[in-house]
Amino acid sequence: MREVKVVSNAATHKRGFGAVLWDYLTTVDHKKIAHLYLFSGGFFFLMGGIEAMLIRIQLIKPNSEFLSNGLYNEVLTMHGTTMIFLAAMPLIFALMNAAVPLQIGARDVAFPFINSLGFWLFLFGGLILNCSWFLGGAPDAGWTAYAPLSTTSPGHGVDFYVIGLQIAGAGTLIGGINFLVTIVNMRAPGMTYMRMPLFTWSVFITSILILFAFPALTVGLFLLMFERMFGAGFFDASLGGNAIIWEHLFWIFGHPEVYILILPLFGLFSDLFSTFSKKRLFGYTAMVFATMLIAFLGFMVWAHHMFTVGLGPVANSIFAIATMAIAVPTGIKIFNWLATMWGGQITINSAMLWALGFIPTFTLGGMTGVMVASVVADYQYHDSYFVVAHFHYVIVGGTIFGIFAGLHYWWPKMFGRILHEGMGKLTFWTFLIGFHLTFFIQHFLGLMGMPRRYSTYLPNQGLDLGNLISTIGAFFMAFAVIVFVINVFYTAAKGEKAPADPWDGRTLEWATASPPAHYNFKQVPLVRGLDPLWIEKTEGKGKLTPSEPLGDIHMPNASILPFVMSLGLFIAGFGFIYQVDDKGWLAVVFIGMAITLGSMLIRSLKDDLGHHITKEELEREAD
Amino acid sequence: MKGWMGKFRALTLFGSLALLLSGCGQENLSALIPKGYGAEKSLDLIILTAIIMLFVLLIVMLVYITVLVRFRKKKGQKDFIPKQVEGNKTLETIWTVIPILLLIIIAVPTVAATFDLADESGAKDKLNVEVTGNQYWWHFNYKGQEIQTSQDLYIPTGEKVYLNMKSSDVIHSFWVPAISGKMDVNPENENTMFIKANEEGVYYGKCAELCGPSHALMDFKIIAVSPEEFDQWVKDMQNVDPKAVAEGETAKQGQTLFEESNCMGCHAIGSSPVQVGPNLTNFGERTRIAGILDHNKENLISWIMNPDSIKPGNKMDGKYPELSRDEASKIADYLLQLKPSSITAEDAGK
Repeated sequence: MREVKVVSNAATHKRGFGAVLWDYLTTVDHKKIAHLYLFSGGFFFLMGGIEAMLIRIQLIKPNSEFLSNGLYNEVLTMHGTTMIFLAAMPLIFALMNAAVPLQIGARDVAFPFINSLGFWLFLFGGLILNCSWFLGGAPDAGWTAYAPLSTTSPGHGVDFYVIGLQIAGAGTLIGGINFLVTIVNMRAPGMTYMRMPLFTWSVFITSILILFAFPALTVGLFLLMFERMFGAGFFDASLGGNAIIWEHLFWIFGHPEVYILILPLFGLFSDLFSTFSKKRLFGYTAMVFATMLIAFLGFMVWAHHMFTVGLGPVANSIFAIATMAIAVPTGIKIFNWLATMWGGQITINSAMLWALGFIPTFTLGGMTGVMVASVVADYQYHDSYFVVAHFHYVIVGGTIFGIFAGLHYWWPKMFGRILHEGMGKLTFWTFLIGFHLTFFIQHFLGLMGMPRRYSTYLPNQGLDLGNLISTIGAFFMAFAVIVFVINVFYTAAKGEKAPADPWDGRTLEWATASPPAHYNFKQVPLVRGLDPLWIEKTEGKGKLTPSEPLGDIHMPNASILPFVMSLGLFIAGFGFIYQVDDKGWLAVVFIGMAITLGSMLIRSLKDDLGHHITKEELEREAD
Repeated sequence: MKGWMGKFRALTLFGSLALLLSGCGQENLSALIPKGYGAEKSLDLIILTAIIMLFVLLIVMLVYITVLVRFRKKKGQKDFIPKQVEGNKTLETIWTVIPILLLIIIAVPTVAATFDLADESGAKDKLNVEVTGNQYWWHFNYKGQEIQTSQDLYIPTGEKVYLNMKSSDVIHSFWVPAISGKMDVNPENENTMFIKANEEGVYYGKCAELCGPSHALMDFKIIAVSPEEFDQWVKDMQNVDPKAVAEGETAKQGQTLFEESNCMGCHAIGSSPVQVGPNLTNFGERTRIAGILDHNKENLISWIMNPDSIKPGNKMDGKYPELSRDEASKIADYLLQLKPSSITAEDAGK
């Protein structure tokens, strides 16, 4: 019982660094895993940002020699890979972990151990990828790693890509499955599907996307690994292989991936517009079905990345029309958000600013999305800066704006303090201006003949001014991110303490303390409708009706095993990469796998039934 | 400049100035100033979709601004609880149906143009060129004409030229924005497309698919000349004598050096199908050295002496014995003499 007390008081007691570190290494608490995802995702976001700045500095003038051509390809590959897999995905997982169990009134996720394992796999996968910088060169075949460029790329760069992403991808896959099960099984009494907040809904649908999309990546990476490390010929035309197979496999994963990146934030924005307009979401049912439709169509349109591959006019036409169709449910969402605000009382704070900035930005990204879907026009856009502009409008304008909105919104719930409003607003405005300065002009650069992934461009081709403007914009964005980092440190030191419900919220996460006790809810609440907290507030009670009497709470035990398992794969990964050079490295493969399989064995054999927090203990704690 | 006429003229002046400043790009590179059939088709669709989408954006922004102005909580305004609206069937139907209609307006011409540009039925009677993408240069084989060139593709204006494209190594993408959209060049299958230039000119071509360190340096040119000039060019190219002896002492020595250094192991002069390296038949008439540098002797010498410093990762590096500057200069003299045709890029009217 002593152990329990230490954990439950973690937030209030000052403890040594070692104890805190051990706590985080072993934690299976979704709220702490959210912190882990946030800080490691944030770290990789800064890495990806530095890489972006290197790219823009290189392109500030024609014939620039700031980066060599080879290094430029490494930087650009790592920028894309890092931002998608190591920044956007984990930051979304941070928000999911921070909010979903609370929103559905659960005490934890369905598989807390798996949740922790998913995080450590992601982190070690990301570390492998970034180790490549110090071990002979990063991957240089683009984040899409098209064969045969990726299969013939010299050095070990692409091997780091294959192994790193395989491990990180496994983490994402089990994380997705965990949330799927959590949302199906762990909802509080009365929380029917059609009463779930939109964020939870979209995480649910996103998890389904992860479940079906990531295996395609796994298979693709597996084939690529065998091609590079063991000389298989899947993608080698001279051996009867076909490089286009990689493109299909990659985009069958890669297209749903962009919806994995955007849908949770669509859900979040729905919650935000509703909360800060003090209105229930307009067209809730339509929003849910639009999300499903987007997810479904998201799977059907991967070949629109391949209009210029030579699939022929029939395939191109079918995929073009399917792609355009996605604009319909997305349009429904945009108009429903506007209608949610219509007639409301809109509070504009830094969280809401990001949501408001999202609407025009993402609409522009969606517009160019339809333009890109128009096949023959795409023959010009494809692989040009137009496409670079388009996907940054969608991924930054949707995902990154959404992550910033979510962080400002849930920071009080995650850390018990409110981010500084002034700095929050400064971050938003400089980022917004910098973003449009950087990327709007790129639409035109693309049409003026600038292909993407160009390490340099020639003078007097009409591309100088646009690139200069674009680089200036990037500096604004860098400044904004620095302000945000300062804000985080300032808030940690001097930030305003947050009440349980700082935003006059509507959903369950605001019904518990900020930050919540590690068991989330002393008594699991009874849900009586959509926006349960709002219902209780308007009916004058302001507190949720419990669905159970106060009793013992069962919680899982902390465990170091997820960390050790992932560490084993991390070690084995290096063995796999270097066994090509020297068979001696196979020993490292065996050592690493032994660590992983050994800890799996321990996990299987050791009974770990968790622990109980007794009723008496709960009564002793203040409300 | 008085009255409405003056205003009108000032307006057009400022209008065109704004257009110029906003930049449509370089005339022989930009997809916004189409000079060929495919580029025109693309631009038509770009404009159609852009207009429809700007219309949608306009509506979204109108509602958005109205919402923000009317329903923002003003300073000192009392808190109130707005009516909790569930939804509205009519409104939701409207913003489902109207986008569907708009998309149909886009989809129909898109599909029509897709099939139009994929129509290869006239290929048999027209000029066919086999295009090979290589790290980091382009090879052109004029089918049935016994002509091979690299980097510069001569075509007649006003006629469809059919391209059969394949890669010898990794995936490349053939893109001449002012003439036509791009098409990938894959290692395992032949992709086809046609191009048609409306006006004479030298058009910049780019590789659009990441293909290695020198991806950004894989430029080529399409040189569109009048059909008569093109016929002349074909005759000139067919009458090349690959064994012709160079004129001038240094060039003659260069020619010997060229043969001794085994340059012919990779390069060819004339219609020989050797394709390890670029075909040099009309090297003296090329518009650029290595696709990117100004066409002069100095650049050619640097290229011969240290190709990797100009195009990192190219396959010419280290394939021949080291040359002194003097030897490289002699070879350059010889190569710059390879001018078999009276038709050159200057005849393309630019």
